[in-house]
Amino acid sequence: MATTYTLINSNTLSSSAASVTFSSIPATYDDLVLQASIRNNRSSVMGGCRVRFNNLSTSIYSYTYVDSDGSSATSTRSSATTEFEFVGNGNTSTADTFGSLELYLPNYTGSAKKCFSTFAVSENNATNANIRAEADLMDITSAINQITFLLPGASTYSIGSSFWLYGIKNS
Amino acid sequence: MAATYEPIATTTLGSAAASIDFTSIGSGFTDLRLVLAGSTSASTYLYFTINNTTTPYSYTYLYGTGAVANSKRNTSGGLTGIFINDEVATGVSDRFLAELNFFSYAGSTYKTSLSKYSGDRNGSGQVQLNVNLWGSTSAITQITLYPSSGNFETGTTATLFGILKA
Repeated sequence: MATTYTLINSNTLSSSAASVTFSSIPATYDDLVLQASIRNNRSSVMGGCRVRFNNLSTSIYSYTYVDSDGSSATSTRSSATTEFEFVGNGNTSTADTFGSLELYLPNYTGSAKKCFSTFAVSENNATNANIRAEADLMDITSAINQITFLLPGASTYSIGSSFWLYGIKNS
Repeated sequence: MAATYEPIATTTLGSAAASIDFTSIGSGFTDLRLVLAGSTSASTYLYFTINNTTTPYSYTYLYGTGAVANSKRNTSGGLTGIFINDEVATGVSDRFLAELNFFSYAGSTYKTSLSKYSGDRNGSGQVQLNVNLWGSTSAITQITLYPSSGNFETGTTATLFGILKA
């Protein structure tokens, strides 16, 4: 098997967790792909998930997204925030249903600001499902070496939530 | 074992360029994926052409600007390429990411592709999802990326990957 698309690390939760971290990400790839299957215990259909890079909680994160809930499409922007917030299933969504997320981060070791894309969904066999495509920007020029999934307050990711980090080589 | 996701060619610009061209693309894969990450020297729109032809292209897209979400179609017979961002121009030297996926590129039917443009600029920007059609039964052997004005800046990277189904 070629080493172009390589699993760096993964984590499937066997017990609930307040956060999930990929640390010491090697600088040996060109791009990163992050995939996750997410459910949490927040009392909502779309429980979401929050992500920080390099353990930074300063106002370096901004994003623009277009999304749809099955009835209409909207677009929203947020600038200079302290974390990214993506789509994921909460505890009142259809049982045993997890949201899905894929993030593509090119040139993660480069010295330019980090621009990437996210595509995420939270399905619910009723109203309030969501599909979202997002343009993301981190105002940092250092290499990415850590990615952390968080939740607000005392919320936790549910058992069975899974997280995979892949490295992509372009030559 | 065959590689299912393999870099065919990659370009990292050592100097500004008006286009990035992938030529002589072989037919040894099932699908193609092209990742373009970089910036432009002018506020501009990005587009691509296939096999160095100027027709016939059409596309339908969903976009969001942070304030407006909408869908449009561009099927004009005079299209000379497929635009990846239609509504908000790139910012000068602002970073963007474009991901293009071409399916059955060597087949004998018309060629469909999906593209995604992601260009947040901390206060402005756009995300755009396209379904694209190149109305030709020829195999895709060349893909060329352009800014409609200015250049791709130094450091812009474009990589073409081949995807095998088996």
